[in-house]
Amino acid sequence: MDEPLLSLRGLTKAYPGVVANSDVSFDIGQGEIHALLGENGAGKSTLVKMIYGLVRPDAGTMSLNGGAFAPGEPSEARRAGVAMVFQHFSLFDALSVAENVALGMETPPKSRELAQRIRDVSEEYGLPLDPFRTVGTLSAGERQRVEIVRCLLQEPRLLIMDEPTSVLTPQEVEILFSTLRQLKAEGRSILYISHKLGEIRSLCDTATILRRGEVVATCTPSETSSRELAEMMVGASFAAPEARAHAPGEMALEVTGLSLPAPGAFGTPLREVSFELRRGEVLGIGGVAGNGQDELLAALSGERLSPRGTVALKGADVSRDGPIARREGGLLSAPEERLGHAAAPNMSLVENGVLTASRREGLVSNGFLDWSRARDFAGRVIERFDVRTPGSHVPARALSGGNLQKFVIGREILQRPEVLVVNQPTWGVDAAAAAAIRQALLDLAADGAAILVISQDLDELMEISDRFAALNEGRLSPARPVAELSLEKIGLMMGGAHDMEVAHVHG
Amino acid sequence: MDFGSISLVLLVASVMVSATPILLAAIGEMVVERSGVLNLGVEGMMITGAVVGFAVGVNTGSAWPGFAAAALASAVLSLTFGVLTQLFLSNQVATGLGLTLFGLGLSALIGKPYEGMKSPTLPKLDLGPLSDIPVLGRMVFSHDLMVYLSLALVAAVWAFLKFTRAGLILRAAGENHDAAHALGYKVVRIRLAAIAFGGACAGLGGAYLSLVRVPQWTEGMTAGAGWIALAIVVFASWRPWWVLVGAYLFGGVTVLQLNLQAAGAQVPVAILSASPYLVTILVLVVISARGVHGAPASLGRPFHASQ
Amino acid sequence: MITLEKRPQPSRTWTFLAPVAAVLLTMIVGGAMFALLGTDPVAAIRTIFWDPLFNPQFASYSRPQLLVKAGPLILIAIGLSLGFRAGVWNIGAEGQYIMGAICGAGAGLMFYPSESVLIFPLMILAGALGGWAWAMIPAFFKTRFGTNEILVSLMLVYVAESILASVSSGLLRNPEGRGFPGSRNFQQWDAGANRDLVAGTGMHWGVVAAFIAVILAYVLLTRHIQGFNIRLSGEAPRAARFSGVNPARVVIFCLGTAGALAGLAGLFEVSGPAGQISIDFNSGYGFTAIIVAFLGRLHPVGILLAGLLMALTYIGGELAQLMLSVPGASIQLFQGMLLFFLLGVDVFTNYRLRIGKREAA
Repeated sequence: MDEPLLSLRGLTKAYPGVVANSDVSFDIGQGEIHALLGENGAGKSTLVKMIYGLVRPDAGTMSLNGGAFAPGEPSEARRAGVAMVFQHFSLFDALSVAENVALGMETPPKSRELAQRIRDVSEEYGLPLDPFRTVGTLSAGERQRVEIVRCLLQEPRLLIMDEPTSVLTPQEVEILFSTLRQLKAEGRSILYISHKLGEIRSLCDTATILRRGEVVATCTPSETSSRELAEMMVGASFAAPEARAHAPGEMALEVTGLSLPAPGAFGTPLREVSFELRRGEVLGIGGVAGNGQDELLAALSGERLSPRGTVALKGADVSRDGPIARREGGLLSAPEERLGHAAAPNMSLVENGVLTASRREGLVSNGFLDWSRARDFAGRVIERFDVRTPGSHVPARALSGGNLQKFVIGREILQRPEVLVVNQPTWGVDAAAAAAIRQALLDLAADGAAILVISQDLDELMEISDRFAALNEGRLSPARPVAELSLEKIGLMMGGAHDMEVAHVHG
Repeated sequence: MDFGSISLVLLVASVMVSATPILLAAIGEMVVERSGVLNLGVEGMMITGAVVGFAVGVNTGSAWPGFAAAALASAVLSLTFGVLTQLFLSNQVATGLGLTLFGLGLSALIGKPYEGMKSPTLPKLDLGPLSDIPVLGRMVFSHDLMVYLSLALVAAVWAFLKFTRAGLILRAAGENHDAAHALGYKVVRIRLAAIAFGGACAGLGGAYLSLVRVPQWTEGMTAGAGWIALAIVVFASWRPWWVLVGAYLFGGVTVLQLNLQAAGAQVPVAILSASPYLVTILVLVVISARGVHGAPASLGRPFHASQ
Repeated sequence: MITLEKRPQPSRTWTFLAPVAAVLLTMIVGGAMFALLGTDPVAAIRTIFWDPLFNPQFASYSRPQLLVKAGPLILIAIGLSLGFRAGVWNIGAEGQYIMGAICGAGAGLMFYPSESVLIFPLMILAGALGGWAWAMIPAFFKTRFGTNEILVSLMLVYVAESILASVSSGLLRNPEGRGFPGSRNFQQWDAGANRDLVAGTGMHWGVVAAFIAVILAYVLLTRHIQGFNIRLSGEAPRAARFSGVNPARVVIFCLGTAGALAGLAGLFEVSGPAGQISIDFNSGYGFTAIIVAFLGRLHPVGILLAGLLMALTYIGGELAQLMLSVPGASIQLFQGMLLFFLLGVDVFTNYRLRIGKREAA
């Protein structure tokens, strides 16, 4: 057996109140694609940050190619041949591709030479890129290419990829996988972090599974079933949501030819978005991040007003109504960004309840707030949705992501919406809580509410939606019954090929 | 009205002199803002520079030590802002205001004994044949060294930001501090360095005011120049050469209104003396109506490297 | 190595402790500064903080002055605090204060020498309107074009000062003043005078207005949906929009209220303690009120206390100037230092210090 490229022995890292990693040990072989599998909060990010020199372990050692390896900062890790593609936060929108690449290199060449090398490498690996484009104008897939090319230019021996496919269409995922296999064939190793079991089973040679900061198993994913992997990852079985049978009712929300300009320099315009949503129905809207999801939610919640005649609620035009009037009409919503958008981080849960429920729950009269009713309402949300918190007086930011998500969704559901629009309802939530949230949405639909779920998690959409549509560069494909769809068709819809697809079906 | 007494040559020459303090302060603040920090304390740093420069100039009998001391003092002062906002994570707006109030008090205290004194000033350079060019020579080529240094500083800042790796890293910190941190750059250190540079520039600007432009020390003598410098950075959309344009434009307005006052123009004095501020407001409104472009994305946001 | 770690929720202890710690630090460092200037630090601190209230020699004069100085500071700071809570940075209160004074005084002087009882209410109204209108300029530009209100409101201070200089030697100049700049003196005109309500206490209408403002602001912020919306806008602007708050309305409300209150403060000052419109009747209250607002934690009750404390430093400072020949400017420095220390100490409200663990930052 070859000597491993990177060995981790007993790595431990504690933060106040949480042990992020406890005694983590495993090896990554030469030319191996090694999966690091675990739920949100299992300690994957902390582990990776230790390898990349962003965080120092409290205990434990690492060795690279047999030599001791203890990077004090990322540049040391880079010099040792470790490169990393981040999930978030590592590109600079206002800078060019070449400048972004240069920032990730130890000793970048002169700008003309660098541009040429970017072209060479991107062609070699099938990742076309223009070095002089401004990164903010690139699609999510192209942005990821920038990160990968940045890493490849340094001839890394170990490439770390953190949730790389969460921003890609199924077709783009295939391109990425062939690039990764090419790298593997060149003898480079890849540490591949994900919680998507299918991907790991088709791509990775070995998988290390983390749960609550500890290694629970190391296995060969192609010889392990998805179910086994899931159980190792989650540790407990949980009830899968159950859809109740129902017949779609009368029209609840009708959007017709909705177009809105992009809200900022790097936002997405909405282009001629149209769909119908009936009572008792769940419409799932998929799409790669940054294709107009936030903009669509803002146009439906009333944060951004649209031209007359574009948004109708129960037959009445609400296009020019703000959030308060739409809520009174029964249209409620929950945005993706929990802290800062759906909830105010430094305000208490009671106050965050008032944020959307002030009128529907009668928490305000003559302009004066009734704090005891507000406390009562927050208490009900906490109890009904099992929000883990010391009380309703704590600020929203003190809650974990999953618990705050339960509060935010629960706050809307308890107000008995007639139409509920949610964006990424289970993003960053552990599996059990995600199942609970999905079940609550299905129950609501069964009771006659119309639900619009915007999500980047295709499995989730397939599980709970009656019909599916995809957003691509601000355009919405026609909605199709989920039962008729295959993964390939979904991929085409997400990639923007819906017109062709429709022609094909009808022709 | 007597426009005849306003000579174009002298006008242009005095625009360059009157624009220099604002130019120095604004180019420094631009660098600070490009690193992602909004320091509203420019006024306080300028006036501290003015008083320290003047005091040291008087005591040493030469202007240059005054400039050096002014730059140093304002840089040190700016670092109090830096420590509070970068290490203690205080609100940048409030701390910048505090810096201005603090600087105004400090300068009044230091300057008391120097009121009414005369200071050494900078000699006009003799650029030989250049200064002898008719008209242009007297307009552009017969100033003191600081005027040309301030122009060189604009060019240097431009080249630094555009061509050097350090400049790229500074811009990166201002665009997205989380990403810069994830790549291993020391955001806080970069910003502290930028803040100190901005402080030094503001100090030089203040000293130019008290040692060359006026040249005298009076309490509150910057009279909003630091705030105008802040406005110029917005006007320039954070681009060095536009900072130069902005500063000379405002220098022009100031000189023109002074000349009009002196010439006894039939315009109320209140409007003339308020004109630099009114023009600043006007420009800010026009710029924002057109849509502000080029603001660093992390400007004014606090950075805390958590986990 | 020392690192900061964010607290899950703000520390209640430090919320109260921080201002106290800042005052103590200011006393210590300020004392050191006085020692450098060759003044006995203990004597200086005592003269500033103790003598105005408790030294029998000065207290009879100083105690009423406390209210006279605190009144305008509190009135202005209450208005500013609403904006600061909402993320609306009005730092031009000094200009609004001047314009309120000019408008109020001007409205009264139009009817000189009438002795109608309606004159003083008219002046109050005009004063509030003047300050409000001046604050509406940045509010309009901010809501219409997104223009930065910090710079515009500040530039307008200089414009207001130009106007003040112009009217005090022009439009409002006392025709019987032998050509000296400055308006008629309101203290010599019963209909327009803002005198002590109880003689010798310093309690004039402006102080009453300040107390009323404290109470109303408290009710607004803790009980009313508008106050809730203001806080929400400052804490999380996107969440506020999601909730249905109209950001433009918040900007107009905050700037308008602050302007009107600053205008009132100006009017009460010019018709009372200052007595007349003159080139330098304004004494920087509009800027000091910024410190008061922060020192009071942007909370009405805190502002009340901070206003009294700041008034004390003014009076104590004058006393120290008189008794110990401390330079007048050192008080300004003292006040700036107080704000600085407060901002620094404030870190402990939201963060906890951890010593030992080194993180590669």
